Amino acid sequence: MTRELNRRRFLTGASLGASALALSGCKVLDGLNDYDDPLRNLMESANGLTYRAQRFLSGDTLAPEFTRADIRQGQRPNGTTNPVDADYQALASGGFADWRMNVIGAVERPLTLTLADLQSRPARTQITRHDCVEGWSCIAEWTGVPLSVILAEARPTAAAKFAIFYCHDTMENSLSGQVKYHESIDMVDAYHPQTILAYGLNGKPLPVANGAPLRVRVERALGYKMAKYVHTIELASVITGYGKGHGSYWADKGYDWYAGI
Amino acid sequence: MPEQHQTQGPLVYRQRVMTRITHWLWAISLFFLLLTGLQIFNAHPALYVGKESGFEYANAILRIGAVETAAGLRGTTTLGGLEFDTTGALGVSGADEVRAFPAWATIPSSRSLATGRVIHFFFAWILVITLAVWTVASLWNRHIRELIPTSADLRGLPRDIADHARLRFHHTARYNVLQKLAYAGVLFVLLPLMILTGLSMSPSFNATAPWLLDVFGGRQTARTIHFVVMVLLVGFFVIHMAMILAAGPINELRSIITGWYRIDPAKEPQNDA
Repeated sequence: MTRELNRRRFLTGASLGASALALSGCKVLDGLNDYDDPLRNLMESANGLTYRAQRFLSGDTLAPEFTRADIRQGQRPNGTTNPVDADYQALASGGFADWRMNVIGAVERPLTLTLADLQSRPARTQITRHDCVEGWSCIAEWTGVPLSVILAEARPTAAAKFAIFYCHDTMENSLSGQVKYHESIDMVDAYHPQTILAYGLNGKPLPVANGAPLRVRVERALGYKMAKYVHTIELASVITGYGKGHGSYWADKGYDWYAGI
Repeated sequence: MPEQHQTQGPLVYRQRVMTRITHWLWAISLFFLLLTGLQIFNAHPALYVGKESGFEYANAILRIGAVETAAGLRGTTTLGGLEFDTTGALGVSGADEVRAFPAWATIPSSRSLATGRVIHFFFAWILVITLAVWTVASLWNRHIRELIPTSADLRGLPRDIADHARLRFHHTARYNVLQKLAYAGVLFVLLPLMILTGLSMSPSFNATAPWLLDVFGGRQTARTIHFVVMVLLVGFFVIHMAMILAAGPINELRSIITGWYRIDPAKEPQNDA
């Protein structure tokens, strides 16, 4: 009888505890918002497992490509849609005639290319689906030069493990300085045939809202990997040299770096 | 109390340790997956049918939003062609906060897609690994056969439904047919569907298995199915809790914690039906 009562008391207590957890709006777990929370860091370690699993499963496969009939709307712009930066505005008002793209870092031959230089190289056109981390998707036709073509000219050294994209658009102005958009990919993605430096969208020059004059397409990743307004590509052995050191503006904000899911 | 001893049936060892551990790992994982899933949904509170999301055409079947009216902010939920005022629950909740699912239904309670995703994918791994271990172990120890209704079970289905409807429960050493159908439905249909539609939302996995997108009818349809299966799992949970309360919560909880379950006293020879 007492055993039964104790059990009842335990169960009542347990269910009260569970309902309190639910009713408190799960605020008990809001500590996980803190980037340095050890439990968050433990859970984030699953991202590394996800990265390795996706790399293992996807190998050098291609992202699905679609047909013109699947293009039913314009490409929805997201994030920065018109950089306020004075240098960018000056380049845009000149039709990007003075714009240059630099390839620097761990390469045998650093490059400085104009938009016309990029357009004169072999191009790839692909109709792919853009998946935003928020959950929506949009299908569009992208035209650009494969990054592998540019890398073949720049000849990365053995030290090159990542390609880092530096962008024109300022995301934050803080006391610690200006933070501009940046992203990075590993060499598997850098040499992937669908990884292109896109200057065309749906048969027209890339609009400012979508990253003019040049954005990267990494078709097996979420939208935030596909940096817009790119002006410099650095080949490097580490990605910790910029921002908070996670290799990506959004990774610095607690998002997964690889962004394959 | 001698009478009670006569009316109580014997304790039987019904739930193996593997069943109990996996049950609780799933319970914990699904709790976090649900509440972080609603957090992720809040980042773009609309569901579509097809390969992409229609911004310049209509293929949304559910949309949760907020509108400014003379009476203040109102939360709206549009399902199919019908619009409902869901202020306080969906769209607008708390102190006039614009958010699809309310703070009490998301982890974290504040808006954080990044944190929601970290927790969601962590528990997704736990769920998948647990399901894989359980499947192998259950094939090995034949637990899986306890979940598959026999032809005798199916013949007794109408009677079992009638008994459940009258809240007349039979406590036996084996699962009854409705239990088998419910558990098999969750383990063999809903959880695999959840995992596969989740993977269909991964652009990396789309490259690995593009055919899976065709199976579900496109990434956005897969996302919608992911949401619908979530609703079905919540429905299962509600019925699961109601049945436990109705059938005797202490006995049911004991069996899933310790493995020991008190069955009905044998009134007549068991005919195994």
